[in-house]
Amino acid sequence: MTEIPNSRHSAFQVLTGWLSLPASARLGVGPAIAALVLVIIVLASVFAPLYVPYDPLAMNAMSRLRPPSDEFLLGTDPYGRDIFSRVMIGGRVSLLIGVGAAVVSVAVGLIIGLVAGFFRAADGIIMRIMDSLMAIPAILLAIALVALNGPSLGSVIIAITVPEVPRVVRLVRSVVLSAREEPYVEAAIALGSSMPKILIQHLMPNTFAPLIVQGTYICASAILIEAILSFLGAGVSTEIPTWGNIMAEGRSYFQIKPGLIFWPGLLLSLCILCINLLGDTARDLLDPRMKKREG
Amino acid sequence: MFVYILKRLLATIPVLLIVAIFVFLLLRLTPGDPAAILAGDAATPAQLERIRDRLGLNDPLHIQFVTWFGQMLKGDLGTSLISNTDVLDMVRDRLGPTINIAVMTIIISVALAVPMGVIAAWRHRTWIDFAVMSFSVLGFSVPVFVIGYILIQVFAIELRWVPVQGYASPSDGIGAFFSRAILPSLTLATIYVALIARMTRASMLEVLGEDYVRTARAKGVRENVVLFRHALRNAAVPILTIIGTGFALLISGVVVTESVFNIPGIGRLTVDAILARDYPVIQAMILLTAGIYVMVNLIVDVSYSFFDPRIRY
Repeated sequence: MTEIPNSRHSAFQVLTGWLSLPASARLGVGPAIAALVLVIIVLASVFAPLYVPYDPLAMNAMSRLRPPSDEFLLGTDPYGRDIFSRVMIGGRVSLLIGVGAAVVSVAVGLIIGLVAGFFRAADGIIMRIMDSLMAIPAILLAIALVALNGPSLGSVIIAITVPEVPRVVRLVRSVVLSAREEPYVEAAIALGSSMPKILIQHLMPNTFAPLIVQGTYICASAILIEAILSFLGAGVSTEIPTWGNIMAEGRSYFQIKPGLIFWPGLLLSLCILCINLLGDTARDLLDPRMKKREG
Repeated sequence: MFVYILKRLLATIPVLLIVAIFVFLLLRLTPGDPAAILAGDAATPAQLERIRDRLGLNDPLHIQFVTWFGQMLKGDLGTSLISNTDVLDMVRDRLGPTINIAVMTIIISVALAVPMGVIAAWRHRTWIDFAVMSFSVLGFSVPVFVIGYILIQVFAIELRWVPVQGYASPSDGIGAFFSRAILPSLTLATIYVALIARMTRASMLEVLGEDYVRTARAKGVRENVVLFRHALRNAAVPILTIIGTGFALLISGVVVTESVFNIPGIGRLTVDAILARDYPVIQAMILLTAGIYVMVNLIVDVSYSFFDPRIRY
């Protein structure tokens, strides 16, 4: 029984296959730079509390809207808070929202998708509900959810997750639908394996590779959506700085203090750019057919 | 063809019905009493009761839904809780700016993105290809409002070519309209161009390898005819699909862009309604945008056969 291969190309196989290539053939320079930049941003954000010079929430009426200087690296905002400290601490929360939303959407989408793909009876209803959710513009759905559930970190993550779930469900379902016709699944059914065992041991591993790719895209778009939600006034409350709400607060001061939008905007865009590039690379590695098409 | 369109129209009914149920439950099942929000802090229990009665909040949930959905079908979108005006009138007043900006965005996007994608595929693996792909990755990575502020900073504040914010309808003069609509349209177009250019390039790359393209070139057809008449038409279906599914991005973008540029369209209306918990307006707007999205994708599906006569319904 353990001899039955339960995955066509698991993430592990791809990784080992990739590592066995000569170094020059593995990847171009682009993804390597993207990975490096991303690692630097992530480390700088995660360890921000250890090195930022000021409390990101400490207001100081004596030092409002200071220009960049040795004292305040990027200057201060209209409340006298240090912009550098706020941007670095804000990155932590933005990244947390990105990773959180990706993990939750993938987990929820995986479970629903497995059920939809495997049980014909549930498929019709589940997919109609998913189609309907996809017809509602993601931003509208997300602001409505935040406005109704309050501006907490959890509710922002849920609000970003709900519109993403249908996309994951569709992906998982399509993988399961094609995998369940494979001989090893038929063999498992014929041998009388239990339903949960077939689902988890034989069908689920097929979804891992595409889900890794989808997860990185969701992470990038979640960071972006967080910023948009904050901008529209439906984001995390300002006691918790995020890249999004720093920029949102900077709106009214845009002409005198463009740094309030520029710096968080730059880090956020750079971060999303790197995540997307790595997502593209992962997709090319996991699905060689796509690579050929995209060139 | 007619039967196909009818079938597709019928298929949208369950989707929109589920959207309606979802929106209805979303608002009814959230913590907080709508009547209390509506009446304010100083309301007496008797006043609250009257409001609940007027809105039908005392009825069981399924009766509330049937009543509400029945009104929707008759075209009665309800009355705003905040301004007490008819929601349909509010939408009608605000629809103009949004449609004008959206149409301009789509025209700009297609006019830029399709040639960009075609040229990138034609000059595959050259600096042009690299530039187009870089732009398209970048377009996905920068938040819409940041693009808006950069454009304002450059074209309105530094160069003073156009006003910073605001809106003028085409009836106020074409010049006034264009000078105010161009920046919002360009802002919105960025992500759309990124999306369409990427798909055009991918789809063209596939088609350019086909035998009939080589045949056309061999018999001496001019290169631009090969690209735009032979190849692009065959590459059109995925491009159309992405224009349709990308429409959701456009709607989301409208919401943000209208806030950046202070445009009195339905995007602003929706955000204001959500933040003020104006339930009838929120419900109507979500249903409306979902309806538009479904219809646009239906039109896109039907238009396939126009570009590719092999597809018949």
